[in-house]
Amino acid sequence: MRKKLITVAGLALAVALMTTACFAGGSGGDGKILHTNNSSEPGSLDPALAQGTHESWVIDHTFEGLMKKDQDGNLIGGMAKDYTVSDDNLTYTFELRDDVKWSNGDPVTAHDFEFSWKRVLDVDLGSTYAYQLYYLKNAEAYNTGEADVDDVGVKALDDTTLEVVLEEPAAYFIELTAFYTLFPVNKKVVEDNPDWAKQPETFVSNGAFKLTEWNHKANILVEKNENYYNAKEVKLDGIDFAIIENEDTAWQKYQADEFDFLYPLPQTIVADLQEKNDPELVIGEELATYYYNFNTELVPFNNAKVRKALTMAIDRETITSKVSQGGETPAYGIVPPGIPNEDGEDFQGAQGAYFEEDIEAANALLEEGLEEEGMTKEDFKATILYNTMESHKKIAQVIQEMWRNNLGVDVELENVEFQVKLDREKAGDYEISRAGWVGDYVDPMTFIDLFVTDGPYNDSGFSDAKYDELVNIAKTNVDPKVRFDAMREAEELFMDNLPVMPVYFYTKPYAQKSHLTNVHKVVNRDPSFIYADID
Amino acid sequence: MFKYIVKRIGMAIITLWAIITITFILMNAVPGDPIRTESKMPPEVYENLKEKYGLNKPYHEQYLIYLGNIARGDFGESMKSNTQTVNQMIGSGFPVSAYLGFQALLVALCFGPVLGVIASLNQNKWPDYFSMVIAIIGISVPSFVLGTVLIQFVAAKSGGLLPVAGWRSFRHTILPTIALAMSPLAFIARLMRSSMLEVLNQDYIKTAKSKGLSRGVVIVKHAIRNAILPIISVLGTITTNLVVGSFVVEKIFAIPGLGMYFVSSITSRDYPIIMGTTVFYALVLIVMLLIVDIAYVLIDPRINIMKEEG
Repeated sequence: MRKKLITVAGLALAVALMTTACFAGGSGGDGKILHTNNSSEPGSLDPALAQGTHESWVIDHTFEGLMKKDQDGNLIGGMAKDYTVSDDNLTYTFELRDDVKWSNGDPVTAHDFEFSWKRVLDVDLGSTYAYQLYYLKNAEAYNTGEADVDDVGVKALDDTTLEVVLEEPAAYFIELTAFYTLFPVNKKVVEDNPDWAKQPETFVSNGAFKLTEWNHKANILVEKNENYYNAKEVKLDGIDFAIIENEDTAWQKYQADEFDFLYPLPQTIVADLQEKNDPELVIGEELATYYYNFNTELVPFNNAKVRKALTMAIDRETITSKVSQGGETPAYGIVPPGIPNEDGEDFQGAQGAYFEEDIEAANALLEEGLEEEGMTKEDFKATILYNTMESHKKIAQVIQEMWRNNLGVDVELENVEFQVKLDREKAGDYEISRAGWVGDYVDPMTFIDLFVTDGPYNDSGFSDAKYDELVNIAKTNVDPKVRFDAMREAEELFMDNLPVMPVYFYTKPYAQKSHLTNVHKVVNRDPSFIYADID
Repeated sequence: MFKYIVKRIGMAIITLWAIITITFILMNAVPGDPIRTESKMPPEVYENLKEKYGLNKPYHEQYLIYLGNIARGDFGESMKSNTQTVNQMIGSGFPVSAYLGFQALLVALCFGPVLGVIASLNQNKWPDYFSMVIAIIGISVPSFVLGTVLIQFVAAKSGGLLPVAGWRSFRHTILPTIALAMSPLAFIARLMRSSMLEVLNQDYIKTAKSKGLSRGVVIVKHAIRNAILPIISVLGTITTNLVVGSFVVEKIFAIPGLGMYFVSSITSRDYPIIMGTTVFYALVLIVMLLIVDIAYVLIDPRINIMKEEG
């Protein structure tokens, strides 16, 4: 009898569980919906708080800044139809379009921009990307508690006129207005409800799409925003971003036709597709460099000859074609391709290689350098620190092998979690560490600026007064010739010193089904579906 | 009985406290700063974030504040995600994990004993070998391998009938349930087989047979009923394994359960989620074990808790 009772109770529990099933993302939208994968759950879809690709991809489709990138990567007006710059290059006056609306129907005004930018700089909001606005007058001072909010150089003169005053001239500021940290939020909505960005019901945006579903760790659905000024050019009814962290699972879904588009792809799949010349594989451009930091405060890495010898003794072609296999290009400089110089040529292409891979010369340099430090090859000890990931491990192993064979020096490998690597780098507790940097804007400065004395991301400890001066010239001048000359000289100086060892320039390989058309990938942006269509 | 339950609950609270304390110590002992990111954060902003999450206070103070919050049932807010509190994450993630776990448990409990009984009644004949081969595969193939195989060879070839991954309908649950259920199913089948063989050799079975009862009645009423007891006793462990084992299955099948939060919070050093999910899991497991113990008493009258106590 008791047993029966328990059986019945158990079955009832099971049935209850079944019927109250908790499935996420049932509808998935109607009409022409593009299906793809966003590789992890966004921490926030508030432009002010976004920090990474998994957030900015969705935000780039739902918001729009003063300026935007067209399909060829040119900067064109977005919310702003025009702007003027003062003679001293410090004051920008933006004229907003008068037909721009939020997804809830409110007009987008200059006041929204003023509010949004000051909000990013409000230290209580805790935006880790606030530094993107430090070009504004008194912005850094306000963000760090040294100035008042009213001193910040952004002001709405009326509903459609926004005046921006910079701390010092910055040629690439205008480009930054197309970056997500500088996207506007609806002042009224945000003031009324600080939690507005947490649910689709309260989420208001001004871009081509609006958020309509967000099932945490399952999917995000954005649907066409009929209030968007350019809505007639938007062909899709929506985009369904699944949230799948496992790259292999996502790839299986792409293969089973459950996705129309997929990025990122598992490394082995990219190699495989490349070999087969698969038309669905697209190698998108990326503005990023993969490199190794040398801790220049430690012997023998304080010696430029030693750093140079190590840099010259690896075979980058082998690394990109046999190990990383994602269509990357070997890096012989720190600024990646994709940035035009003052003559419209590619900056990196025009500069060419700063050094040659030469084992014999590398050996001579290494012996010389070690001797200067009172060491021999036998004394040479170092560890490559990298964050735990299969692809980083493979590259570290092959570099270890190349140094052993080509130079006769042994290094060890150590992998730690990403957060631990950041801590160790900040504390200078490493000899050689893996790093990568993705450009924030399309200008060599986004890379060159990294290595100024005491720069927050300058983990190698590199410091050179001449370099700092050149960076300053390039930052504060707006004459393209002067700027680019200074940046060229800075990169040359940097590559003479080699506090970091460039390995390769990243690419963004992705897979796209043939029925999906008009996807655009500009150099420092994620693939854009705004004008995409499905046949 | 009542006294026993009260005593168990008291022990559960002490266990929980120990788990909280140990997790708190370990979490803070592991290197890695939860606030640091790759971006160029000014020191003032960094300090401000530390203050926001109470990380600038001495450890013992953080610990006491945390204990107080847990006592009120508040697990705090994630340091990495701005969209959900830890309570909300548990609220949305646990029902999914529980659904998957119980469905797998149900499958294991339905098919495991059947397989075991078939094997025992056909000892050393082909149904026995067949059942035990399945059982050995189930035990030795880890769920992440089975999951990957199912995706690659079943879902991808099913023409959309069984989706590759996700959690949108009942169809989405079928493959992960199989992946998760195989191991406990196999374990139960083997246990059932040996337990049945033992029971079938008992004198009272011979007595029943000699009384002229039909084979069916002997097996169902006498043999299975007694052979099933050991299964009940391992149910607690199996349930535990299903909850814990679902981490991997959730990851492979992209299921928005609690396991995903648990694993990713550790690598990103998201302290409130690490604590929240650990404490919550501990609580679930303690409750499960308690229920199983009570069920055991109800089913087997030979066990008397009160005597144990006295």
